[in-house]
Amino acid sequence: MVEHRPGLTFLTHAILLAGVAIIAFPLYLTLVASTQTAEQITQAIPMSMLPGTNALETYKIALFGGQSAAGSEITGSAPMMLVSLITALIIPLGKITMSMLSAFAIVYFRFPFRNLVFWMIFVTLMLPVEVRIGPTYEVVASLGMLNTYAGLSIPLIASATATFLFRQFFLTVPDELVEAARIDGAGPMRFFKDVLLPLSSTSIAALFVIQFIYGWNQYLWPLLMTTSEDMYPVVMGIKRLIGGDSYTEWNVVMATAILAMLPPALVVMLMQKWFVKGLVDTEK
Amino acid sequence: MASITLNKVFKRYGSGKTANLVIHGVSAQIADGEFVVVVGPSGCGKSTLLRMVAGLEEITGGEISIGNRVVNDLEPSERDIAMVFQNYALYPHMNVFDNMAYGLKIAKVPMDEIKARVDKAAKILEIGAFMQRKPRELSGGQRQRVAMGRAIVRQPQVFLFDEPLSNLDAKLRAHTRLEIQKLHRELGITSLFVTHDQVEAMTLAQRMIVMNAGVMEQFGTPEEVYNRPASTFVATFIGSPPMNLLKNAPEARPGTILGVRPEHLAITSEGWALCVDALETLGAERLVYGRWLHGAGDELVIIRTDEGQPVPELGSTIHVTPRADRLHWFDATTGKRQ
Ligand SMILES: Nc1ncnc2c1ncn2[C@@H]1O[C@H](COP(=O)(O)OP(=O)(O)OP(=O)(O)O)[C@@H](O)[C@H]1O
Ligand SMILES: [Mg+2]
Repeated sequence: MVEHRPGLTFLTHAILLAGVAIIAFPLYLTLVASTQTAEQITQAIPMSMLPGTNALETYKIALFGGQSAAGSEITGSAPMMLVSLITALIIPLGKITMSMLSAFAIVYFRFPFRNLVFWMIFVTLMLPVEVRIGPTYEVVASLGMLNTYAGLSIPLIASATATFLFRQFFLTVPDELVEAARIDGAGPMRFFKDVLLPLSSTSIAALFVIQFIYGWNQYLWPLLMTTSEDMYPVVMGIKRLIGGDSYTEWNVVMATAILAMLPPALVVMLMQKWFVKGLVDTEK
Repeated sequence: MASITLNKVFKRYGSGKTANLVIHGVSAQIADGEFVVVVGPSGCGKSTLLRMVAGLEEITGGEISIGNRVVNDLEPSERDIAMVFQNYALYPHMNVFDNMAYGLKIAKVPMDEIKARVDKAAKILEIGAFMQRKPRELSGGQRQRVAMGRAIVRQPQVFLFDEPLSNLDAKLRAHTRLEIQKLHRELGITSLFVTHDQVEAMTLAQRMIVMNAGVMEQFGTPEEVYNRPASTFVATFIGSPPMNLLKNAPEARPGTILGVRPEHLAITSEGWALCVDALETLGAERLVYGRWLHGAGDELVIIRTDEGQPVPELGSTIHVTPRADRLHWFDATTGKRQ
């Protein structure tokens, strides 16, 4: 992009703006809809593109539940948000812990069948949750983990991707660093804690963001294994607000959707700063 | 303080078909407080030898003792050594102070003593001004000092250096060489220093080990190595330009090689007759490349003369005489000194 032709600049900007508009429009629509009343949305065709005045009311109901203006009983999403939050925290933390330790073992220790172990982990890359969902359900059910946080998160924690990522990263850490630590008298776990962990901070931050969103957005697995309402994550909650026998209050649905989008967006924004800093700060 | 004893040390990498014998039975006795340099061409096994002393590499055969302890089965941290790596291997995420203090913290040395030791080392190495910086915020020379500082604060029995100067520019290298010498005089810690640079070896060593292809060719003071090279390898490896190894000199006896350093050949009115092949002027000195006139075989003879001497013409005939007390005789088959 070294050319300076006004026509070209205009064109590129037009394309970029169009892209932004395409991505932002549905979000805007959701936001606008969440500020209007249910009647305003359903009666005006097409619906108004201007924010309404009912925002406070709608969000209160969406969060804490209650009797809506249209008369239906709505379950608040706050408890479901908490369930989502807990699962979405357990999954990345568990994943990072497990995969760092297994990558550490694979890279730094010589044990029998080391390569076999690595390949076995690697092969599970080909078995995402959807493929193994039947047997996984069996196992979780027979362990009595239905409707528990353990059941919601553990099957999603085992991860070849993250192990692989950390393995690749550990392989780039110079051998001399390991040797210097050995001479300094650092045992394996000490080396892990004092050297590898801080050096991996960037990867950890990136992985945390990705896996937080992955955990937050889980739908199929919770749908299958939760039967009690107090273990529903918020993504399922949105679905339950739509359709059914009762009248769909689109303003509440949209407000819940906005609420459900906030934590992942927040995590991305907060962590971004952190892992950019990590990128700048660490150097092998 | 401690001596280091190598007793028929072997090192083999791999096993079976891929086995690769890298160190072929090296024995040496390094005295307490001595500064010994290991020198040799790339790939001859210098680093491997050093790393076996450090405990970073398993010893395939033989025995290594530090002080009067056999250390074969000891962890590096139990050997009471400190090592300076070629790329310094500083912990990138720790500042200079933490880099130097890390080993002491692990050894559970009390904090005020750690502070005292680090401060003292920082003063010796003049790195006190950047104790709070990360390694990447330091120049190569400063990193090198920090790496040395990390070794010093451990107050080890033995210092091990693996080409610690090779990433520095020529000027800084010469300066650091002097500093290492000074440091050794002050601390008097037994040191083993690996380099492939013969100037470094000659200037730093109290004694030097010349290695070639996993074999120790000679172990002696720089003067001994220079004046009485134990083999043709040592003769040509140490000294620049290398010693002339002549099979066709008039004095030569069958089955022997005559070695004469270029600086011990003088252009005279009579003596060996040579045809001048090429000339090189290097500031204060001049190298004259000659070939035998008597047609006994094609051999290049290098003569080093002062720049003030008359310049022989290319293609002309000159006569040279070696200094009689500086002739070296080697066996033509084994290459060993006779
Ligand atoms: N981990 C290893 N596995 C197999 N062979 C090795 C290993 N490390 C070194 N070698 C071999 O051992 C020989 C000696 O290596 P070493 O690193 O000791 O050489 P060096 O004298 O230090 O050379 P340089 O001056 O280039 O550092 C080389 O031929 C090398 O290929
Ligand atoms: Mg080496």
